Amino acid sequence: MGVQLHSEPFDPGVELARFEATLPVGSVGATASFTGTMRNHNEGDQVCAMTLEHYPGMTEKQLEEVVQDARQQWDIIDALIVHRVGDILPGQPIVLTAVCSAHRAAAFDACRFLMEALKSRATFWKKETLLNGETRWVEKNTPGH
Amino acid sequence: MAIKVKFFASLREQLPAADSQVDADGVATIEDVWQRATANALIPAHVLCSVNLEHRELHAPVSDGDEVAFFPPVTGG
Repeated sequence: MGVQLHSEPFDPGVELARFEATLPVGSVGATASFTGTMRNHNEGDQVCAMTLEHYPGMTEKQLEEVVQDARQQWDIIDALIVHRVGDILPGQPIVLTAVCSAHRAAAFDACRFLMEALKSRATFWKKETLLNGETRWVEKNTPGH
Repeated sequence: MAIKVKFFASLREQLPAADSQVDADGVATIEDVWQRATANALIPAHVLCSVNLEHRELHAPVSDGDEVAFFPPVTGG
Protein backbone atom coordinates (compact mmCIF):
# COMPACT_ATOMS: atom_id res chain seq x y z
CA MET A 1 0.00 0.00 0.00
CA GLY A 2 2.97 2.25 0.69
CA VAL A 3 3.29 5.87 1.59
CA GLN A 4 0.95 8.86 1.51
CA LEU A 5 1.48 12.53 2.40
CA HIS A 6 -1.70 14.51 3.09
CA SER A 7 -1.90 18.30 3.08
CA GLU A 8 -5.43 18.14 4.53
CA PRO A 9 -6.68 16.40 7.70
CA PHE A 10 -7.18 12.65 7.35
CA ASP A 11 -9.26 10.10 9.23
CA PRO A 12 -7.05 7.23 10.46
CA GLY A 13 -10.05 4.88 10.59
CA VAL A 14 -10.92 5.55 6.96
CA GLU A 15 -7.30 5.16 5.83
CA LEU A 16 -6.92 1.94 7.80
CA ALA A 17 -10.12 0.50 6.30
CA ARG A 18 -8.92 1.43 2.78
CA PHE A 19 -5.59 -0.25 3.49
CA GLU A 20 -7.19 -3.44 4.78
CA ALA A 21 -9.58 -3.56 1.81
CA THR A 22 -6.60 -3.92 -0.56
CA LEU A 23 -5.30 -7.08 1.11
CA PRO A 24 -6.04 -10.64 0.00
CA VAL A 25 -9.09 -11.90 1.91
CA GLY A 26 -8.15 -14.49 4.52
CA SER A 27 -4.40 -13.98 4.39
CA VAL A 28 -4.18 -11.51 7.26
CA GLY A 29 -4.02 -12.80 10.82
CA ALA A 30 -2.92 -9.58 12.49
CA THR A 31 -3.14 -5.84 11.88
CA ALA A 32 -1.24 -3.40 14.08
CA SER A 33 -1.60 0.33 13.72
CA PHE A 34 -0.35 3.47 15.43
CA THR A 35 -1.80 6.97 15.22
CA GLY A 36 0.17 10.01 16.33
CA THR A 37 -1.96 13.06 17.17
CA MET A 38 -1.02 16.68 17.72
CA ARG A 39 -0.89 17.68 21.40
CA ASN A 40 -1.99 21.09 22.68
CA HIS A 41 1.14 21.34 24.84
CA ASN A 42 4.89 20.87 24.48
CA GLU A 43 7.90 21.70 26.66
CA GLY A 44 5.57 23.17 29.30
CA ASP A 45 3.83 25.59 26.88
CA GLN A 46 0.35 25.66 25.40
CA VAL A 47 0.50 25.04 21.65
CA CYS A 48 -2.40 26.17 19.48
CA ALA A 49 -1.18 25.25 15.97
CA MET A 50 1.66 23.61 14.11
CA THR A 51 3.11 23.60 10.61
CA LEU A 52 4.82 20.51 9.26
CA GLU A 53 7.41 21.22 6.60
CA HIS A 54 8.93 18.47 4.46
CA TYR A 55 11.38 18.02 1.61
CA PRO A 56 9.23 17.04 -1.38
CA GLY A 57 10.76 14.07 -3.15
CA MET A 58 13.21 13.16 -0.41
CA THR A 59 10.60 12.63 2.30
CA GLU A 60 8.53 10.24 0.18
CA LYS A 61 11.68 8.37 -0.84
CA GLN A 62 12.76 7.97 2.78
CA LEU A 63 9.36 6.70 3.84
CA GLU A 64 9.41 4.17 1.01
CA GLU A 65 12.83 3.02 2.22
CA VAL A 66 11.50 2.64 5.77
CA VAL A 67 8.70 0.40 4.45
CA GLN A 68 11.22 -1.64 2.43
CA ASP A 69 13.43 -2.04 5.51
CA ALA A 70 10.43 -3.35 7.46
CA ARG A 71 9.66 -5.80 4.68
CA GLN A 72 13.21 -7.13 4.83
CA GLN A 73 13.19 -7.57 8.61
CA TRP A 74 9.74 -9.05 9.16
CA ASP A 75 7.43 -11.41 7.33
CA ILE A 76 4.68 -8.90 6.62
CA ILE A 77 1.92 -8.82 4.02
CA ASP A 78 1.74 -5.07 3.58
CA ALA A 79 2.49 -1.79 5.33
CA LEU A 80 1.13 1.74 5.25
CA ILE A 81 2.48 5.13 6.30
CA VAL A 82 0.21 8.19 6.14
CA HIS A 83 1.74 11.51 7.26
CA ARG A 84 0.35 15.04 7.39
CA VAL A 85 2.15 18.06 6.01
CA GLY A 86 1.15 21.71 6.23
CA ASP A 87 -0.92 23.40 8.93
CA ILE A 88 -2.22 21.21 11.76
CA LEU A 89 -4.39 21.85 14.81
CA PRO A 90 -4.38 20.09 18.20
CA GLY A 91 -6.32 16.85 18.11
CA GLN A 92 -5.68 16.23 14.43
CA PRO A 93 -3.78 13.10 13.40
CA ILE A 94 -0.17 13.68 12.31
CA VAL A 95 0.81 10.16 11.34
CA LEU A 96 -0.65 6.68 10.86
CA THR A 97 1.48 3.56 10.55
CA ALA A 98 -0.07 0.15 9.95
CA VAL A 99 1.21 -3.34 9.25
CA CYS A 100 -0.65 -6.50 8.26
CA SER A 101 0.89 -9.92 8.70
CA ALA A 102 -0.08 -13.53 9.26
CA HIS A 103 0.89 -13.37 12.94
CA ARG A 104 0.83 -10.64 15.59
CA ALA A 105 4.53 -10.51 16.48
CA ALA A 106 5.57 -9.26 13.05
CA ALA A 107 2.68 -6.81 12.91
CA PHE A 108 3.45 -5.30 16.33
CA ASP A 109 7.21 -5.15 15.82
CA ALA A 110 7.16 -3.82 12.28
CA CYS A 111 4.55 -1.19 13.12
CA ARG A 112 6.73 0.07 15.97
CA PHE A 113 9.74 0.03 13.65
CA LEU A 114 7.95 2.11 10.99
CA MET A 115 7.11 4.76 13.55
CA GLU A 116 10.53 4.99 15.20
CA ALA A 117 12.36 4.84 11.87
CA LEU A 118 10.33 7.59 10.26
CA LYS A 119 10.75 9.84 13.29
CA SER A 120 14.52 9.52 13.16
CA ARG A 121 15.05 9.42 9.40
CA ALA A 122 12.33 11.19 7.41
CA THR A 123 12.77 14.87 6.52
CA PHE A 124 9.91 16.53 8.39
CA TRP A 125 10.21 19.62 10.59
CA LYS A 126 7.62 20.91 13.06
CA LYS A 127 7.05 24.59 13.78
CA GLU A 128 4.77 25.34 16.71
CA THR A 129 2.59 28.38 17.30
CA LEU A 130 2.17 29.05 21.01
CA LEU A 131 -0.89 30.51 22.69
CA ASN A 132 0.80 33.94 22.91
CA GLY A 133 1.38 33.99 19.14
CA GLU A 134 5.10 33.16 19.25
CA THR A 135 6.39 30.56 16.83
CA ARG A 136 9.29 28.17 17.37
CA TRP A 137 10.85 25.20 15.59
CA VAL A 138 10.76 21.91 17.47
CA GLU A 139 14.43 21.01 17.94
CA LYS A 140 14.20 17.33 18.78
CA ASN A 141 11.77 14.45 19.07
CA THR A 142 10.79 12.87 22.34
CA PRO A 143 12.33 9.40 22.89
CA GLY A 144 10.11 6.51 21.83
CA HIS A 145 11.43 3.87 24.21
CA MET B 1 27.37 24.86 -14.77
CA ALA B 2 25.43 25.08 -11.52
CA ILE B 3 24.47 23.27 -8.36
CA LYS B 4 20.96 23.70 -6.98
CA VAL B 5 20.86 24.50 -3.25
CA LYS B 6 17.97 24.17 -0.81
CA PHE B 7 17.62 25.14 2.85
CA PHE B 8 14.82 23.87 5.06
CA ALA B 9 13.03 24.82 8.28
CA SER B 10 15.00 26.97 10.75
CA LEU B 11 18.04 27.11 8.44
CA ARG B 12 15.97 28.69 5.67
CA GLU B 13 14.79 31.36 8.10
CA GLN B 14 18.27 31.97 9.49
CA LEU B 15 19.79 32.37 6.04
CA PRO B 16 17.25 34.42 4.09
CA ALA B 17 19.90 35.70 1.68
CA ALA B 18 21.34 32.29 0.90
CA ASP B 19 21.57 31.46 -2.79
CA SER B 20 19.37 28.81 -4.37
CA GLN B 21 21.98 28.05 -6.98
CA VAL B 22 25.77 28.25 -7.01
CA ASP B 23 28.38 28.09 -9.74
CA ALA B 24 29.87 24.60 -9.84
CA ASP B 25 33.32 25.83 -10.86
CA GLY B 26 35.78 25.25 -8.03
CA VAL B 27 33.17 23.52 -5.86
CA ALA B 28 34.27 20.02 -4.83
CA THR B 29 32.31 19.15 -1.66
CA ILE B 30 29.05 19.88 0.12
CA GLU B 31 30.97 22.15 2.48
CA ASP B 32 32.16 24.19 -0.52
CA VAL B 33 28.53 24.55 -1.62
CA TRP B 34 27.60 25.84 1.83
CA GLN B 35 30.41 28.41 1.81
CA ARG B 36 29.50 29.70 -1.61
CA ALA B 37 25.72 29.72 -1.08
CA THR B 38 25.87 31.43 2.31
CA ALA B 39 28.83 33.78 1.76
CA ASN B 40 30.88 31.82 4.29
CA ALA B 41 28.31 31.75 7.09
CA LEU B 42 29.24 29.62 10.09
CA ILE B 43 28.03 26.03 9.66
CA PRO B 44 25.62 25.11 12.49
CA ALA B 45 26.80 22.26 14.73
CA HIS B 46 24.02 19.81 13.94
CA VAL B 47 23.35 20.64 10.30
CA LEU B 48 22.36 17.70 8.09
CA CYS B 49 22.83 17.60 4.34
CA SER B 50 21.92 15.65 1.26
CA VAL B 51 22.91 15.32 -2.37
CA ASN B 52 20.23 14.33 -4.85
CA LEU B 53 17.87 13.30 -2.02
CA GLU B 54 20.43 11.06 -0.26
CA HIS B 55 21.90 11.89 3.17
CA ARG B 56 25.60 12.76 2.89
CA GLU B 57 28.37 14.15 5.10
CA LEU B 58 29.75 17.67 4.61
CA HIS B 59 32.95 16.36 3.02
CA ALA B 60 31.06 14.35 0.37
CA PRO B 61 31.79 15.25 -3.26
CA VAL B 62 29.34 17.14 -5.47
CA SER B 63 29.06 17.54 -9.24
CA ASP B 64 27.57 19.95 -11.70
CA GLY B 65 23.79 19.52 -11.84
CA ASP B 66 23.47 18.09 -8.31
CA GLU B 67 20.79 19.21 -5.86
CA VAL B 68 22.29 19.88 -2.43
CA ALA B 69 20.12 20.50 0.63
CA PHE B 70 20.87 21.63 4.18
CA PHE B 71 18.50 21.13 7.10
CA PRO B 72 18.30 20.82 10.90
CA PRO B 73 17.62 17.52 12.74
CA VAL B 74 14.27 16.05 11.71
CA THR B 75 11.19 16.21 13.95
CA GLY B 76 8.38 14.40 12.15
CA GLY B 77 5.93 11.79 13.33
